[in-house]
Amino acid sequence: MSKPTDRTLPRLLAGAGLICLVILWIVPTLGLLVSSVRDKDALAQSGWWTALSDSEQTVFERTAHPDTQIQTDEGWVLEGQLEIALTGYEILRFGGSQREPAIAAVGETLELKNGTQLTVNSDGSYRFVSPDKPWSGSRGKRVFFSYAQPPSFTLENYSEVLINGKLGQAFINTLTVTIPATIIPVLMAAFAAYAFSWMPFKGRDWLFAGVIGLLVVPLQTSLVPLLRLYSDVGNFFGFEAKGYVGVWMAHTGFGLPLAIYLMRNYMKGLPKDLIECARVDGASHFEVFTKIVLPLSVPALASFTIFQFLWVWNDLLVALVFLGQAEDQIVLTAQLRALLGTRGSNWEVLTSGAFITIILPLIVFFSLQRFFVRGLVAGSVK
Amino acid sequence: MSEHITSAIIAIAIGVFGILAYFWISNGILDALISRSKRSNKEILREQIRPWLFVGPALFFLFLYLVYPVFETLWLSFKDENSAQFVGLDNYIWLFNDPEFHVTLRNNLLWLLVVPTLSTAFGLLIAVLADRSRYGTIAKSIIFMPMAISFVGASVIWKFIYHYNGEGDVQIGILNAIIVAFGGEPQFWLSVPFWNNLLLMVILVWIQTGFAMVILGAALRGVPEETIEAAIIDGATEVQIFFKITIPQIMPTIVVVWTTIAILVLKVFDIVLAMTNGQWETQVLANLMYDWMFRGAGDFGRGSAIAIVLMLSVVPIMIWNIRRFRKEELGR
Repeated sequence: MSKPTDRTLPRLLAGAGLICLVILWIVPTLGLLVSSVRDKDALAQSGWWTALSDSEQTVFERTAHPDTQIQTDEGWVLEGQLEIALTGYEILRFGGSQREPAIAAVGETLELKNGTQLTVNSDGSYRFVSPDKPWSGSRGKRVFFSYAQPPSFTLENYSEVLINGKLGQAFINTLTVTIPATIIPVLMAAFAAYAFSWMPFKGRDWLFAGVIGLLVVPLQTSLVPLLRLYSDVGNFFGFEAKGYVGVWMAHTGFGLPLAIYLMRNYMKGLPKDLIECARVDGASHFEVFTKIVLPLSVPALASFTIFQFLWVWNDLLVALVFLGQAEDQIVLTAQLRALLGTRGSNWEVLTSGAFITIILPLIVFFSLQRFFVRGLVAGSVK
Repeated sequence: MSEHITSAIIAIAIGVFGILAYFWISNGILDALISRSKRSNKEILREQIRPWLFVGPALFFLFLYLVYPVFETLWLSFKDENSAQFVGLDNYIWLFNDPEFHVTLRNNLLWLLVVPTLSTAFGLLIAVLADRSRYGTIAKSIIFMPMAISFVGASVIWKFIYHYNGEGDVQIGILNAIIVAFGGEPQFWLSVPFWNNLLLMVILVWIQTGFAMVILGAALRGVPEETIEAAIIDGATEVQIFFKITIPQIMPTIVVVWTTIAILVLKVFDIVLAMTNGQWETQVLANLMYDWMFRGAGDFGRGSAIAIVLMLSVVPIMIWNIRRFRKEELGR
C-alpha cells in the first residue's frame, strides 16, 4: 500500500490540471459576458480582458484663441489648460496632427512644422510656442492627445439589441415555439411509454425496436418531404405553410423517439407488483397510468422536459425551414444568425444578443442540473 | 406585442389540452362502446384495443415525421429539382463528381474522427480529475455549462475569439491577441483552409465534453472498488490502475459516448452555417444539403440525394443500437 504522502504530488497536479481546463472552458463565455456590458467604442478598440484597466482614448481640443497669445523671448506663446483634464482625466500622450495624434509622452516638447514647439503636461496644461511669427487665424490651434479612460460599463448594448436588433420580439416568438413543442411530446410519449412497458400487445417489441432505430435518424431526411407536405396542405386548406402549429408538430415528431425511449426505460423499472396489484383491484390502465405510474415517473418526465426545452430553444434548422423569417415568427437563434450576417463586426450587438439567447437556457440548466444529468445518464448508460 | 402573447397562450392551451382531451375521451369512448362487462371476450377485445389508443398518437407522429419522409426522400432523390421528372441516378452521379462534395466528405470524416475522440478524451480526463478535487462539483458544472448554449450562440462566442483586425491594429480577438503577444502574425483564421475546420470543431468539442464527462463520470463511479483495491495491494501504480483496470471496465460506456457524439457530429449544421457558411473549404453534409434545398428556387433532387448520404452513414449505428437493445431484452 502506498503511503498517503506519495499521493500529495499527483493530487496537486490533478488540481492544477483541472483548474487549467476549467479556465479554458469558461474564458469564451466570460469574454462574451464582459464584452456585452462594455462601452461600444472601448469594445472595438481594446481586448475584453483589458476591460478592468484604463483604456486610452484619442481626441483633440483647440488651444486658446490666437488673440490671447503673449510675446516672450522664445517667440509667441499660447498657453492654457485642456478642458478634459479639468474633469479629472489624466493626459497620457499628445501630438500635433491627425496623422500622429499621440506621438509624444506628456512633459516632452514636440517640434512641429514651422519650428513651432508644443508641450503638454499630464495635468492638461499646455504651452504652444511659435518662435518666428505670431499665431494667426480665427480659432485656436488643434492639440491632439490621448487620455486614460477609466473602465465603464453599460447596459446600452442590451437595449439596442432588444429593440433595434429585434431580439425582444424574437424572445417571445421563441417562447411561443418552445412551450408547446416541449409539453406536447412529453404528454404523448408518457402514454406511449406506459403502453410499451405495461400493456401487452401484438408487435410491441418490434415497434419499440423501431423507436430505438428512429433515435438516430437525421432530421435532414425529413425536411424536403415535410416542406412539400406542408405547402400542399397549406394550399389545399388555404393557409400559410409556415407557422407555429407546423413547428410544434415537427418538434413533437423529432423529439418523440428519445422521449419514449427515456420514459419507457424508467417506467419499466417501476415495481411490477405495484402495477399488477392495482390491476387486480380493478383499476383500469388509464387509472393506473394517471394515478400511479405518472406521479412516480416525475423524475423521468422532468429530465426529458429539460432536454426537449433546451433542444427546441437552441434549434436553428427546424425554425429556419418551418417558420417564416419575418419579425412575427423569427426565433432567437435565427435572428442572432441574421445579425451575424448584417452586423458582423458590431461586437457590442452580437455579444449582448448572444447573451440574451442563452440566458434562459442557462438559468433552466443551472437550477435543474440534477434532473438533466439523471436523464442523460439514463439515456446512454445501461 | 400583447396580442401576440395572448394568441400564443391560447395556442398553447389548445395544443396541450387537446392532447389530454384526446386520451381522456378516446379512453372513455372505448369503455362506453364495449361495455364494462366482465364477459371475457369483450374484456379481451377492449384490452386489445386500448394499447393502440395509448401509442396511437405517438406512432402517427413518428411515422409522419420520421419514417415516411425517409422513403419519400429516397424517392425524391431520383427526381429532378422540382420533383417533376424521374432522372434515375443523375443526382448521385452529379454528387459524386462534384468537387465540393469531395471536400465535404473529407470534412465530415475529419469531424467524425476529431470531435467525438477529443470530447470523449477530455470528458474522461476531467471526470477523473474532478473526482479527486475538493472543487470537483463546481468544476464539473462549469465544464458542463456549454451544453445549455445553442450552437449559434456558441458560434458567436467563438467567432469573437477568432476575430481578426488588420495587421497593426489592436487585436480584440483573444486568439490573435495571444499570437501577437508571442510575436506571431495575426491572421483571419477562419479563411485558412484545412485549419479552419479544426477551429470549427473546437466549438463542438467545447460543447460536448460536458456530456462525455457526465456519462463517463457515472460509469467511473460504477467501477467496483474491490478490483481497484486488489490492484493497489498488488502494487500497481495509479496510472497502471487507470489504464489496465478502469478503462477496460468502462469501455462499453466509452463506446456509447463516442457514438452518441458521432451521430451529432454527422448532423452538424448550425456551427458551419453561422461561422463560415461552408466557405473556405469548411462545407459539411448537413449544410451542403440545406444549401441545395434553398439555393435559388431550391433543388429538391440534389438536396434529397445529400440527405440520403447522411442517412446511410447512420444506418450502421442504427442497426448496432437495435441489436444491443434486443440482446438486453433477452437478458432481462
